[in-house]
Amino acid sequence: MKPVRFNIDPKDYKHIRVEVEGAIAKLIIAIPDDGGFRDDYQLKLNSYDIGVDVEIADATRRLRYEHPEVSVVCITSGRDDGVFSAGANIFMLRTSDHAHKVNFCKFTNETRCYIEETHETSNQYYFAALNGLSSGGGYELPLACDEIHLVDDRRSAVSLPEVPYLAVLPGTGGLTRVVDKRKVRRDRADIFCSLAEGIRGEKAVEWKLVDAVHPASSFDEKIAARLEELAGDGNPHKGIDLSVLEVDYQEDSATYEFVKVKIDQEKRVATIELTGPSAEDSKIPKNAADLGSDWYGLKFWRELDDAILNLRFNYYEVGTVIIKSKGSCENVIALDNALEAQKDDWFIREVLTEMKRVLKRIDYTSRTLFTFIEPESCFAGSFFEIALASDRAYMMNHEDEENFIGISVLNGGKFPMGNGISRLETRFLDDAESVNNALGAIGKKLNAEQAYELGLVTEIPDDIDWEDEVRIAVEERVSFSPDALTGMEASLRFPGPETMETKIFARLTAWQNWIFTRPNAVGERGGLTMYGDVKNAEFDWKRV
Amino acid sequence: MSIDLNAKIPNNVNLHEDKKLQRALEHWLPNYLSWWDEVGPEGFQTSDIYLRTAVSVDSGGWAHFDHVKMPDYRWGIFLTPNDGNKTIQYGDHIGEKVWNDVPGEYRKELRRLIVTQADTEPASVEQQRLLGQTAPSLYDMRNLFQVNVEEGRHLWAMVYVLHKHFGKDGREEAEELLTRRSGHVDHPRILQTFNNPMTNWLDFFCFTMFTDRDGKYQLGALAESAFDPLARSCQFMLTEEAHHLFVGETGIRRIVKRTCELMKEVPDGDVTKVGGIPLEVLQKHINHWFSSSMDLFGGENSSNAATYFSSALKGRFNENDRKRHPNATALEEDYSYTTVDEKGYVKTVNIPLRRAMNAVLLDDYVTDCTRALDKWNRTLEKAGVDYRFYLPTTKFHRNVGIYAGQNYTPDGTQILSDAEYKRHCEEVWFPTKEDKEYIDSLMVSVTEPGKFANWIAPPTRGINAQPLDFEYVKFH
Repeated sequence: MKPVRFNIDPKDYKHIRVEVEGAIAKLIIAIPDDGGFRDDYQLKLNSYDIGVDVEIADATRRLRYEHPEVSVVCITSGRDDGVFSAGANIFMLRTSDHAHKVNFCKFTNETRCYIEETHETSNQYYFAALNGLSSGGGYELPLACDEIHLVDDRRSAVSLPEVPYLAVLPGTGGLTRVVDKRKVRRDRADIFCSLAEGIRGEKAVEWKLVDAVHPASSFDEKIAARLEELAGDGNPHKGIDLSVLEVDYQEDSATYEFVKVKIDQEKRVATIELTGPSAEDSKIPKNAADLGSDWYGLKFWRELDDAILNLRFNYYEVGTVIIKSKGSCENVIALDNALEAQKDDWFIREVLTEMKRVLKRIDYTSRTLFTFIEPESCFAGSFFEIALASDRAYMMNHEDEENFIGISVLNGGKFPMGNGISRLETRFLDDAESVNNALGAIGKKLNAEQAYELGLVTEIPDDIDWEDEVRIAVEERVSFSPDALTGMEASLRFPGPETMETKIFARLTAWQNWIFTRPNAVGERGGLTMYGDVKNAEFDWKRV
Repeated sequence: MSIDLNAKIPNNVNLHEDKKLQRALEHWLPNYLSWWDEVGPEGFQTSDIYLRTAVSVDSGGWAHFDHVKMPDYRWGIFLTPNDGNKTIQYGDHIGEKVWNDVPGEYRKELRRLIVTQADTEPASVEQQRLLGQTAPSLYDMRNLFQVNVEEGRHLWAMVYVLHKHFGKDGREEAEELLTRRSGHVDHPRILQTFNNPMTNWLDFFCFTMFTDRDGKYQLGALAESAFDPLARSCQFMLTEEAHHLFVGETGIRRIVKRTCELMKEVPDGDVTKVGGIPLEVLQKHINHWFSSSMDLFGGENSSNAATYFSSALKGRFNENDRKRHPNATALEEDYSYTTVDEKGYVKTVNIPLRRAMNAVLLDDYVTDCTRALDKWNRTLEKAGVDYRFYLPTTKFHRNVGIYAGQNYTPDGTQILSDAEYKRHCEEVWFPTKEDKEYIDSLMVSVTEPGKFANWIAPPTRGINAQPLDFEYVKFH
């Protein structure tokens, strides 16, 4: 299969259009039938695949940087035939391998979660103007928005028909958001999710599935008025151009300016080497946006994000990722301090949001993550969050060479995980003292023994044992069942509180993925297999 | 099962035994009447129309003819009698007993099929509401109103099934059938073809010829449904529908006949000089109505169609005629059609027969239309006129299905460039604005018994063996 790429140029969008007018942006979905990522299926009725979702993700990110003046983003369909979107393309799902389906669902989920919080993080309110049928993923995207308006033309309904039609579940948080976010009563939700044709008109409002309905004749007018009302004067910021990341992708590597990925496909291990900032990079001018999108503070995190996605989508068998860094802890701390000092600047706010999201992307990556902290590395502050996101952190206890980590102001809750608390709080669950001790070390360089004492690293082999210790750890890891590891890691990474976000990802990983591999869905006569076929599905009736 | 004609709602379904259903339908009745009052035929509601009313469901002598006022028409519920031991004869349920109740797993599909079919019945009444004012004769006016009241009765037949078998959802759907309006911007009728108003009688005849004929095939397919109440409703509706098709087919034939007569009156054959309808304009109407009616069959390669067949919700036309359809499961058999590949070469595509059920039904429809067209051509031949009508191919001007959006010429042999195609659509193949204005200008009301408008010939015989100068409509 051809690789999935995320560093796209908006000039090459094939499936969406973005129109900005004053404080209002419109993200218009108009997917050509033959615009599929592969050519063995047709994207009918605005149904989507990864190619579409990469554009949606790119567009929502660009709106934050390029149009910070925009205060409301309206997602609507560019079709005039009463269709908003029919959701993820069923023929694509049927013919994709399981790993692609899961990664596709996960990526779309991440974008939906970003959309969901963007009003809070970036003062951009997401508004869904459903000018037609919205089913499955075509309703889940609106569910992630702050407000949903539906046309009442006696035809257009919202629906989650996965159970009755396909014998699977909605894959991007639909079930969770219906009850947890929109607070639809659970018995009504049960009806709604069993009802293939969905619910329309006033009943959709009464059941809280949408916020308002408007007759077709006044729909455009009502939407325009509501958008004006929501937009107000917009935000007093002027955007920057967001460059398209330049990457040298090779079969066994991906090379960015500040991130280098080496892939050993035979050993099924990837190594990501991160380059820390220079002293210069922490100088932030008064108008931070003048730094532009190639500034280290933003570019590094975008590169890391792309590197993670590249591993997720294009190297399924590479199950273990080793993270290393090169640079100066002082420079990282200086940059963190500078970010904190200007956190109210809109551009810095977006950069901090970016960092938070990339770190979450790491949390949600179903690969073993080991951080190796060696001399000349720079796992301090925001870089140390990456170590905290890992399943294990090995730090070399070197007799002669200096090897430090550090804590910065940004470790104190600036980057909450999906569970709503910081990585330190998650690490020391119900142990405020340890959290405080760690935060008490802000500004100090911590050697291996001190870091170990504070519980911040997993193991501290000395420099003589180091090579053997880490080799054995990796060799053991790659020998385990990848499924068992995925389940184990996901279970251990997210202790602590449950949030809508953790529920969405957990249920995707557990329920949806289980159902997706069961014969009742994908067997010879399973629901997903038989959808649209000349024969009906046949189920194994055993409840498990 | 006899018909209770004295009941408030005439029926042969023992309505009086099901008080709850009876009350629900009696509640729906006044809403139906106000719908009829509001958007049924404009005017003539106090006229006495020579209408036939169903009084029995026997194959011989089911109808009674008399002068009645349309609002007093005895709309009722008539199902072809139940033969008791029917079993399913096709699809995946062969040999099982037919269903007298809706199976839960097919509820949504059945509801969708029934509502979509039901919606066309009131829609066509709304589309035709102004035509009474320009009827070319009392005979034609009576036929129009006959069609209208029977479409109303077909609505009753479907509403009965919805009320009886679909609970609260069914009642809501029945209400909505009365609130949607043809051409209304906010609550239009479900199928787009049913949202265009009809302003002249040529459109009416084309509608009853081509679009009602789609109805015949849809009803025929639903008459094979394993859901027996639906099958029996549709069987009886087909009996009435035959007259509607007759009105369309003979209406056009009478126009053809009249045009041939008028052509002889003018040396250059230009019948517009003497108030006739040119054959070319008729052909343009055929092109328009035939191609848009084909879209009503749905996509030729359709997963819904496969589901409907495998579940025995909808069969083929005359499904149980095994000479015609030897393969009762429709498995292990392909349907072939031709299309062009990216390089422009003709290629044959095979799809599983079950997915092609809409195409199979469409093929039967095309055969039927060809038969009628041949009759019109025989009329031309008999009159010594060289012109011949053609039926466009199934590839022509489609918005739905495998040929949708492709620029085929009517004979299907060429694909034109976008610009050429657009020009032909605007100027050559379909009625132009001038054509329409001309046809509209011919529409005059003729109300003297036995007289006919200049552009149409009288029929060969009257209704129910009455003479042509019979007073089919008595005005008050």
